[in-house]
Amino acid sequence: MNPLPETLEAATAAATLPPARPSRPRHLLARVFAAVPFVILGCYLVAAVVGPLLIDYDPVDTPLVDRLLAPGSRTSAGELAVLGTDHLGRDVLAQVVYGARTSVLIGVATVVVASVVGCCVGVIAGYSGGLVDTVLARIMDITLAFPGILLAIVIAGVLDGGAVVVVAALAVSGWIGIARVARGVAVSVRSRPWTDAARMLGVRPARMIVRHVLPFAAGPVVALATVEFALVVLAEAGLSFLGVGLPASTVSWGQTIANGKEYLASAWWISAFAGVALAGLVVSVGLIGDAFTQRYGRGFSR
Amino acid sequence: MIAVVRRVLVALVVLWGVATVVFFIVRAAPGDPATALLGPDADAGQVAALRESMGLNRPLVGQYAAYLGDLVTLDLGSSHRLGRPAIDAVAERLPATVELTLAATLIAVVAGLVLGALAGRRAGSVWDRLVSTATIGLQSFPTFWVGIMFILLFALTLGVLPSAGAGTPAHLVLPAVTLALPFTAIVARLTRSSMADTLTESYILTARAKGLTERQVLTGHVLRNSLVPVVTIVALQMGALMGGAVVVENVFAWPGLGSLIVDAIGNRDYAVVQAATLVIATIVVALNLLVDLAYRAIDPRIRTGDRA
Repeated sequence: MNPLPETLEAATAAATLPPARPSRPRHLLARVFAAVPFVILGCYLVAAVVGPLLIDYDPVDTPLVDRLLAPGSRTSAGELAVLGTDHLGRDVLAQVVYGARTSVLIGVATVVVASVVGCCVGVIAGYSGGLVDTVLARIMDITLAFPGILLAIVIAGVLDGGAVVVVAALAVSGWIGIARVARGVAVSVRSRPWTDAARMLGVRPARMIVRHVLPFAAGPVVALATVEFALVVLAEAGLSFLGVGLPASTVSWGQTIANGKEYLASAWWISAFAGVALAGLVVSVGLIGDAFTQRYGRGFSR
Repeated sequence: MIAVVRRVLVALVVLWGVATVVFFIVRAAPGDPATALLGPDADAGQVAALRESMGLNRPLVGQYAAYLGDLVTLDLGSSHRLGRPAIDAVAERLPATVELTLAATLIAVVAGLVLGALAGRRAGSVWDRLVSTATIGLQSFPTFWVGIMFILLFALTLGVLPSAGAGTPAHLVLPAVTLALPFTAIVARLTRSSMADTLTESYILTARAKGLTERQVLTGHVLRNSLVPVVTIVALQMGALMGGAVVVENVFAWPGLGSLIVDAIGNRDYAVVQAATLVIATIVVALNLLVDLAYRAIDPRIRTGDRA
């Protein structure tokens, strides 16, 4: 979403700026407007959690009599296919709902892995300084230069595994942004008077990091993690679209979009609805991430 | 000068790192590459012979050393499926990817500058809000889905543009525009904020005070000075653009490196995966290095502010 500061120096400088907190939107209309992305995200979460309980869907069950039914048709079993069916007679609405669960799960898992790794590496680099910092910062710069999606495609495609491989492939490039932000915070906190005081009182480094550094990193990291969640959801759908992501037995929006591409001329609804669902989730999470970044990201938004 | 040498060395280390990562990913792939290449009909003797010729019987460290040695001589292995050096297959596809990324860059820069300038001229104006909202959408929409919707609209419904393949300029339009969308948003956002920063400079006040028209101030003073960060970001975004091209090429069956990589992954043709990934990495690293060195030459502040 937001282009990150391109160098570590820039990241550090941005992190030390006084927090620019915009005042809360005053007008009622503005407040309602600001709440919209949260409401949309809530709908997705409800769909992801409750949807699969309400809608029965089996990706392996292929009632071919019902193939390529238009939205609003009745299936042979007499059920209403609100968003139509795909080339194997599977319900598109059910794929949209089950796809939400897949996207949210993969997104959360990846962001958690990336945040934990990123925070550890970033805080250790920033707090210890010296050679450790130089080496880790260089590794971050190096990994950042490489297109993350390409690396993810190669890892997920070659290793050919399930959800774990996909999460790992996406986290490989996801942790760096978090690490840079955490490092910037750690560098700026390290030289503050209260950390000096704590150090003189004999607080051990591990406790220093947990009690005095990590709390300051939490805001910016959460803001960035939100933005990254949106990127991960996009990337997972991209991998599945290319056929190198999740196995065909799981439902993923990317796979649904790819399936629909073959039937664009006769059944546009397959790709269209799955894509709308994907775009809606990414846009609303992106907006929330931007709001978080403005509020807690301390000048990381450009 | 030492700093320049250091930058070049760092670039080489990056390439070594990428090569190493790719080597170990490919070696970690499930299944035996020799068996995969020969298919289920091969007998044990054939598999053993191929394993020997591919060097798979040597210890991993030996394989790695041989691989690095081959890289130095630009020998990226040969594709057993295509029956020729992998680098040839990559070289054949490279121009198409370069064409696509250059076209997308051009579109993104022109459209992004125009949109960003419209928005940045006056903060909080209608244009500003419109562009800011639009850029969020542009950056968030999945390119592969937007591409498919473009095919649906322009190729299947209106029938004005071809949906897949390459050859005529018309074939380039949809893939290039699709690839350009998120980068247009990045350029527009950056131009907007960069212009907003420049507008607060005192030389803008001077320019206005000496009676220049608003138009002269904007084009001559604001936009020109706002371009520096924009150009940097455009150059640094080339890596992400190449990554995006991998996805977009597959939507439009564009015969570039991206569709080559995905096909090669599907066929377990790892020599080609390796070669294509390394070539893309080399391009990205070289571009980053060039930007870095160019700025060093242009802007003396970077030279003096060099970190050890």
